[in-house]
Amino acid sequence: MQYSIFNLIREGINKHKGWPAAFRHPEPKERYDVIIIGGGGHGLATAYYLAKEHGIRNVAVVEKGWLGGGNTGRNTTVVRSNYLWDQSAFLYEKSLKLWEGLTQDLNYNLMFSQRGVLNLCHNLHDLRELHRRINAIRLNDIDSEYLTRDQVKAFVPILNMDPNIRYPILGGSLQRRGGNARHDAVAWGFARAADRLGVDILQNCEVMAILRDGAKVTGIETTRGTIRAPKIGAVVAGHASVVAGMAGIRLPIESHPLQALVSEPIKPILHTVIMSGAVHVYVSQSDKGELVMGAGIDTFNSYAQRGSLQVIEDQMAAVVELFPMFSRLRMMRQWAGIVDVCPDASPIVSKTPVEGFYVNCGWGTGGFKATPGSGWVFAHTIAQDRPHRLNEAFNIERFSTGELIDEHGAAAVAH
Amino acid sequence: MTDQRFRNAAGGRIDRSRPLTFQFNGRRYDGFGGDTLASALLANGVRLVGRSFKYHRPRGIVAAGSEESNALVQLGTGARTEPNVRATQAEMHDELSAASVNCWPSVEVDVGAINSALAAFLPAGFYYKTFMWPPRAWRFYEWFIRRAAGLGRAPTEPDPDRYEKTYAHCDVAVVGAGPAGLAAALAAGRVGARVILADESSEFGGSLLGEAATIAAAPALDWVAGAMAELAALPEVRLLPRTTVFGYYDHNHLGLIERVTDHLGPRTDTTLPRQRLWKVLARQVVLATGAIERPLVFDDNDRPGVMLASAARTYANRWAVRAGDRAIVVTNNDSAYPAALDLSEAGVNVQAVIDARETPPDAWREPLRVRGIDLAAGRTVAAALGRKRVEGAEVYELAADGSRLIGAARCYDCDLIAVSGGWSPTLHLFSQSGGRPRFDAGIAAFVPGESRQAERSVGAARGTFSLAGCLAEGFAGGAAAALACGFGDGVAPPVPATGDTPAGPLRPLWRVPTAGHGGKAFVDAQNDVTADDVELAAREGYRSVEHLKRYTTTGMGTDQGKTSNVNALAILADLTNATIAEVGTTTFRPPYTPVTYGALAGRSVGDRFDPVRMTGLHQWHEAAGALFEDVGQWKRPWYYPRRGETLHQAVARECGAVRASLGIVDASTLGKIDIQGPDALKLLNLVYTNAWDNLEVGRCRYGLMLKEDGMVFDDGVTARLGPNHYHMTTTTGGAARVMGWLEEWVQCEWLDMRVHFTSTTTHWTVVAIAGPNARRLLAELCPDIDLESAAFPFMAWRDGTVAGIPARVFRVSFSGEQSYEINVPSSCGVALWQVLMTAGAKYDITPYGTETMHVLRAEKGFVIVGQETDGTTTPQDLGMDWIVSKKKTDFIGKRGLTRADCGRADRKQLVGLLPENSKDTLQEGAQIVAEIRPKPPMPMEGHVTSSYWSAALGRPFALALLMGGRARHGQTVAVSSYGTTSWAKVVPPIFWDKEGERLRG
Repeated sequence: MQYSIFNLIREGINKHKGWPAAFRHPEPKERYDVIIIGGGGHGLATAYYLAKEHGIRNVAVVEKGWLGGGNTGRNTTVVRSNYLWDQSAFLYEKSLKLWEGLTQDLNYNLMFSQRGVLNLCHNLHDLRELHRRINAIRLNDIDSEYLTRDQVKAFVPILNMDPNIRYPILGGSLQRRGGNARHDAVAWGFARAADRLGVDILQNCEVMAILRDGAKVTGIETTRGTIRAPKIGAVVAGHASVVAGMAGIRLPIESHPLQALVSEPIKPILHTVIMSGAVHVYVSQSDKGELVMGAGIDTFNSYAQRGSLQVIEDQMAAVVELFPMFSRLRMMRQWAGIVDVCPDASPIVSKTPVEGFYVNCGWGTGGFKATPGSGWVFAHTIAQDRPHRLNEAFNIERFSTGELIDEHGAAAVAH
Repeated sequence: MTDQRFRNAAGGRIDRSRPLTFQFNGRRYDGFGGDTLASALLANGVRLVGRSFKYHRPRGIVAAGSEESNALVQLGTGARTEPNVRATQAEMHDELSAASVNCWPSVEVDVGAINSALAAFLPAGFYYKTFMWPPRAWRFYEWFIRRAAGLGRAPTEPDPDRYEKTYAHCDVAVVGAGPAGLAAALAAGRVGARVILADESSEFGGSLLGEAATIAAAPALDWVAGAMAELAALPEVRLLPRTTVFGYYDHNHLGLIERVTDHLGPRTDTTLPRQRLWKVLARQVVLATGAIERPLVFDDNDRPGVMLASAARTYANRWAVRAGDRAIVVTNNDSAYPAALDLSEAGVNVQAVIDARETPPDAWREPLRVRGIDLAAGRTVAAALGRKRVEGAEVYELAADGSRLIGAARCYDCDLIAVSGGWSPTLHLFSQSGGRPRFDAGIAAFVPGESRQAERSVGAARGTFSLAGCLAEGFAGGAAAALACGFGDGVAPPVPATGDTPAGPLRPLWRVPTAGHGGKAFVDAQNDVTADDVELAAREGYRSVEHLKRYTTTGMGTDQGKTSNVNALAILADLTNATIAEVGTTTFRPPYTPVTYGALAGRSVGDRFDPVRMTGLHQWHEAAGALFEDVGQWKRPWYYPRRGETLHQAVARECGAVRASLGIVDASTLGKIDIQGPDALKLLNLVYTNAWDNLEVGRCRYGLMLKEDGMVFDDGVTARLGPNHYHMTTTTGGAARVMGWLEEWVQCEWLDMRVHFTSTTTHWTVVAIAGPNARRLLAELCPDIDLESAAFPFMAWRDGTVAGIPARVFRVSFSGEQSYEINVPSSCGVALWQVLMTAGAKYDITPYGTETMHVLRAEKGFVIVGQETDGTTTPQDLGMDWIVSKKKTDFIGKRGLTRADCGRADRKQLVGLLPENSKDTLQEGAQIVAEIRPKPPMPMEGHVTSSYWSAALGRPFALALLMGGRARHGQTVAVSSYGTTSWAKVVPPIFWDKEGERLRG
């Protein structure tokens, strides 16, 4: 049943007894054309675009827990495409363009709200880099504008614009098309749309082994039995090295906890995403009224989705520095996800030396915004057995050729 | 209504000698010391205290503690206002002022209640299904949604209060000071363990404060008083009331929040902080966190006057407040019986106990009969009547399988429905510690599973609800925890006798069948999640408990589902034909109750947000009128404007002085690392790209450090002080990074390397004098160093005295002029600077700041790491191939540099730019474009890294990274910034003294 105001009213009269399941809970088939490992946003998007764009509908998405339970359900929901390097800019901009029509495409309201992403600048060095970035972004035909101190103040009046604070705000860069989306809805929307095209979403189905016949993959061993397929895409943020290892691929990835938190809901006072590298925090306010924020990774390597209190304390000091009026608000819930970070802080969306095995990983701290674009190019890569122009540069060989896409500095927050 | 007509004349733990007045929603009321806002409101008969999040349904007080889901208020006004405070936790103080949240214009008449009328169309997740047309209209709809979002309001002013942090270690941390916690603290404290006992309430005693229990044939609170006195006398025991253990992290690290002065109200005396964050490392943790009573899910179970039975009992006993005049008590377990008796004892007309069980335990029949309370077995309440307050209840017979109601309703006329759906152990901290809960069908609740850290749960937190059991487990747990830390023998103290009535089994009752007249049965009252919403989620496939939570938002309110989660997942289990154990719980996240941002930030706010690093000469610079630039944590003089000078004018003057005569700059912020050990040379050869073998003592050398990928990471000059002793300098911003880098390599990779590092950045004041008169000035002040170039050449250092101060002088130059960097002990910096200024007056010695320093070095083509480099720049890109040893077998980055991409001819390379328009200083950060088009996209091939007006050249110039730049000298390129195009000629990146005669001369 289509989601629409008419059906909502009709079902309202019907006490909502007629809504079908958004996605099935099927039993695994013996064989699929493609298996996607990982039922997060990127994996589900990949399956959706395989079915929609490439007509490959005999697809399974296997998920060890519940779909959307990894970083898709743990991030701070920021969407933007203000990246420095061309390769990144084109990929994230493709994603942003998809975001702009995704609610209608999926027939699921993702609450994608382009209320802007404002990066603050606090010193002369930042300012120089800011101009460089804005110029590069604009020349790539992506929106970005410089805000002077006064314009920043007008745009977000509650920011602490006192020139005598420790790191006074000197200006900022604004991407008005950036914003937030409802993260869980992204997983569910892609799941429902993929399911409607015939994709099997297999939850509680953990991959134990990847089966190979020589240099080719043939299937996977799971907690729900053996499933065969000639093509397997691994999209398992937080565990990419582990799953790739099952296929004999060693990835140049380090895994770290990244924490986030929300405040109690308060009447909306912040309508844009604020990011600051020097005063290390990013914050926005959800449509429920919660202030959603994050900052840097915990520096140790870990697969446990737990972080340290000290990271939260630093983050709070930063947010109170930017917004002194937030001091009496309260943290309601904190959590952590595991982010896979490549040496150049850019993802890998690539074929591998193992035939039929594809990886999509290494999105670090910023994968959410890429969800549709990532799935779109990965679906192309799997379906055509060659990368799309947009993800050619994000190949796995670049770590040996040296053709890196170093976005360390380009993340709004230095990680 | 200020007569406190629901307050009994005697009893309770309030301080009747301390009458207080307070305001709620603009009306004045009376209360007493020891009240909470909730108890005082109930005493005054105020039942309607808030509105719900989504439907704006009228809501009252449900609980007596931190599990309260409904009674949220905006506490205080002005800069000290605080949103979403639970009335049950707001301690009463004089002139307290509070207001209901999320209602307009008032809690009585709330426009938002229109949502209630539309509720049929606003089920869980309705927003995912609509607001999609027309495309891009979401922001229009969202505007209205955001108007409705949120509960309370943020203050609009900075926080006037202060917060502290404290660190503590202990042997045994006991969380919760109810009977089990007190017993555990006693058992551990008596044998000498260092104990921290924390409880979120203002008073210790936990559940005993709200019950009329007995211990050792005396009121239980006598035992509590005795325990408190004993604990207070133990020197190693620390008692922390009003302190919530909110987080349980790895390594038995606990986060505690102590509300130090909140209960005193606004104060002018700020000796004490408002709140204090404790960070406690405990060798053993005893979780005595108690249990939370579950409400029952029946139609309109959210009406003001539906209250947890234990809460009604607590209001009666602890605060001498009758939560209603006429009550029924509805239960599925034994715990509500003593509640009913206590309510009756307090003067509430308890009409009946409605027990879902067919055969309630006989033990309670007689006490009920004596009090004239009916007992209705096999029955339950199916609907509450009334809107802004309970006016009655419909009670039905319940089918044996609980699936339907039988017969006709019996209506009770009552204003209080006290409910008990059983108890859920408070597992939050256990779960946060990494433990997994286990479902205990016997008590129909989750209990702690296996411990993952050094902790144990005792008492109700473990599913042991009898007082005797709580005391026994508390004593045993405390003794065992102490023993694990090496104290005592692990034998638990004897358990005093208690007056427990043995409890019978409960009848699980998750969803009372609907009475069928359209009422809403709430699972999560705060977020307005109904049983129908849970059903809808299950029907739509959101069958994982995490999906249920996220789709319906159950358990995601400020109470984080303390009273709702188990009911929700039990209903889900029922709907999906799974067991409750299979459905499982969602993960409990910190914090247990919300924690103030300010407390987490502590003193790291305002001036103390980040340490300000100032050199020893800072005050001199300030007095000289310098403006400062933030470089990392350092404040560096940016330039020294004279009266009326702009930046441009000041810098032109400062540059001119250095080139013509003499300048002086404070270079103390450069990172300095003292390196010693027999393998020091080996280390330098590995971390720098060039060869260090032939560097003699007395000489120094410039070096570049690369990351493994071959990209420039830091640079600086390192001097050889002795055979195994070096003095390394780094960039100002990179000092800590380089120190960490060296340590990481030596500690993690080169374990056999005998070398040690000491940061000496702040040991030295470094003053550089630069200009044609530098040597002349130094000669006057430095009798014991032969300054002639032959004796003291460029890139050498000498020890001596300058102005009588022991000094190490480096002959290095970042300006391109003859220059000496004079290092003296920090304490002598000001003296040195002043002598130099005085003696240099005849040369018009001119202090200069970072801006001039940058111009001078750029004229000379010296790069700044982080400005000419960005993590993608190799030494070759900078034209510094000469510094990369071809002979060394290894150095960090060597392998990275061999990658194909590093050899591309079209890499971005450092060039100089001369703008065609000689008045046009290029914008730093401008992009060089391959082709100017009417509009983007335009292909980029580099960017301007540094750009200045040069007084020496009399024109602007710039440095840039440009694709294939070295082969393009002489070409003209287009430079684009914010839509404006400039043209510039590509030239070699050196503009001043190309042969280096000035700096060597």
